[in-house]
Amino acid sequence: MEYKISNRLRTGAIIMIVLGLLGVGYGFMDSHHYQTVDDVKELLAGEHHDGHADSAHATNDHGDDQGVTASHGEDSHADEAHVDEGHQMSHEEHVLHQIHNRPWSALYVGAFFFFMIALGVLAFYAIQYAAQAGWSPVLFRVMEGITAYVLPGAVIVLLIAVASGTIGHYNIFVWMDPEVVEHDKLIQGKSGYLNITWFVIRGIIFISGWALYRHFSRKFSLAQDQADDNKNFKKNFRISAAFLVFYIYTESMMAWDWVMSVDPHWFSTLFGWYVFASMFVSGITVIAMITIYLKSKGLLEFVNDSHIHDLAKFMFGISIFWTYLWFSQFMLIWYSNIPEEVTYFVTRIEHYKLPFFGMLAMNFIFPLLLLMNSDYKRINWFVIMAGIVILCGHYLDVFNWIMPATVVDRWFIGAPEIGAILLFGGLFLLVVFTALGKAPLLAKGNPFIKESEHFHY
Amino acid sequence: MEASKVIHAIYTDDDVLMSAVKKVKAEKHHIEEIYTPFPVHGLDKAMGLAPTRIAITSFMYGCVGLTVAIVMMNFIMIKDWPQDIGGKPSFSYLENMPAFVPIMFELTVFFAAHLMVITFYLRSRMWPFKKAENPDPRTTDDHFLMEIAVHNNESELASLLKETGAVEINIVDKDEDAH
Repeated sequence: MEYKISNRLRTGAIIMIVLGLLGVGYGFMDSHHYQTVDDVKELLAGEHHDGHADSAHATNDHGDDQGVTASHGEDSHADEAHVDEGHQMSHEEHVLHQIHNRPWSALYVGAFFFFMIALGVLAFYAIQYAAQAGWSPVLFRVMEGITAYVLPGAVIVLLIAVASGTIGHYNIFVWMDPEVVEHDKLIQGKSGYLNITWFVIRGIIFISGWALYRHFSRKFSLAQDQADDNKNFKKNFRISAAFLVFYIYTESMMAWDWVMSVDPHWFSTLFGWYVFASMFVSGITVIAMITIYLKSKGLLEFVNDSHIHDLAKFMFGISIFWTYLWFSQFMLIWYSNIPEEVTYFVTRIEHYKLPFFGMLAMNFIFPLLLLMNSDYKRINWFVIMAGIVILCGHYLDVFNWIMPATVVDRWFIGAPEIGAILLFGGLFLLVVFTALGKAPLLAKGNPFIKESEHFHY
Repeated sequence: MEASKVIHAIYTDDDVLMSAVKKVKAEKHHIEEIYTPFPVHGLDKAMGLAPTRIAITSFMYGCVGLTVAIVMMNFIMIKDWPQDIGGKPSFSYLENMPAFVPIMFELTVFFAAHLMVITFYLRSRMWPFKKAENPDPRTTDDHFLMEIAVHNNESELASLLKETGAVEINIVDKDEDAH
């Protein structure tokens, strides 16, 4: 039951990191080809020429379709408002910013996606302790392995966020730009909350809280293996309950800070929950996938089909919960159609039609139909296939949070985006599987471990 | 014609019942019916009963409900009288779909749930004023009863059942009218 990260996996992860770095580096170099407004003018002249050949583009411009006209009206309204509030900026300048924002945003999306998986698993783990679940203790070591990425992952996300506003030219968060704030009444009103100092302080508080819980719960969990009483388990139970309270506050605020504030003019009250659902379902999916991988290596004989079945049920249920929150947010804003709120979705539907609705199919319809059948939830390759689709879907979800605010219509999933996925994916695998190798895979001291080993559904 | 005589073996413990079922199955006797006061986990597997298909029917009823909702809202709101109500786009179903999703969801659940329950009642023959089919009132409280048809092997069966821990064995004439 001992596991050591295999050389092949380590090399693979390192190759991913190197390729990822190359992709990200290429992204930054590529975006810096465009230094001045004149470069952009040249680019736009070339594109405009192509654009006329594209008939779909042409219809869109004319707005024959009534629906398109309606949304066009709103969009231009929003643009006007922006120009009124902000300083005067030419179209070319906007485009130049968007081009420069892309590698930063791609990096941020990749970093956030893998960090969010680890934090989702940490929440799931704490819930299993606090609920004294009898089925899951055999999976605790897998979860502890994944949560090893919480600390490095969160630090990376915070560093990229801050670097984009210090080293970079405010490439992700416009509220970090003093020049924008100067001309923007709305952001000025929020500057008591949205300023870099407090952003960093809050970030450090969030990260240290999560990392401390992860550190101590892992410590007590390992200590419980050697103990002849349940003292460590009881401590873990108590800190898990306390952590969940801390988590739900900090997760919500983290969602405002790290995700929602890319659109500082926009706000939504259930956004924290929505981000939570996304991280929770991705986390559970990764638990299932790593469990199936380790089991296929013969390292988890005590994990049976019923455990996989339970994880797949969670994947199914939380996917629907995510959809419920996604739709609640979308439908309320679509229905009331208040201009200051609805621009958020107008941008996304206008420029991100495929990723925006594609992720809905991947995160809802796909798991709904695949994982509804009880028997399918016990078939390992079925769970893996559904898991891959769910993870891709939630990557797109993060993509749809960040990109429309930073690069608007200049998005593409190319070298910088795939590079960032490889970079942080490799780092994630390296950290997680190294952590998995540091302790026996069966938490044998847990008082529920016998029940969990014989769990049968 | 069915056997007119059945043997009723009564047990007082569900664990004993489970092992008795396995033994009787191993001896290749057909168990007609088992009456228990509460669900005994794993009894259906031990008896070799086919798994239920009620979840599949429920899925299909849900699809019917979804279709009803879509067709209904499409006809009323889009086809029949496409009014402008508060600026909602009633040009096509898709454009106004978010407003219909709550109805689509609820009707799917409504159909799936209610038709499944009715299916359950029909398949298990339950309705108001139905005469109860209980061979022994104690089976609704704390006794378990296994019913096996007799084919001129009364004594053999009785001794087998006695061995399995039955506290009481009765041979009764099956009253067909009771059903």
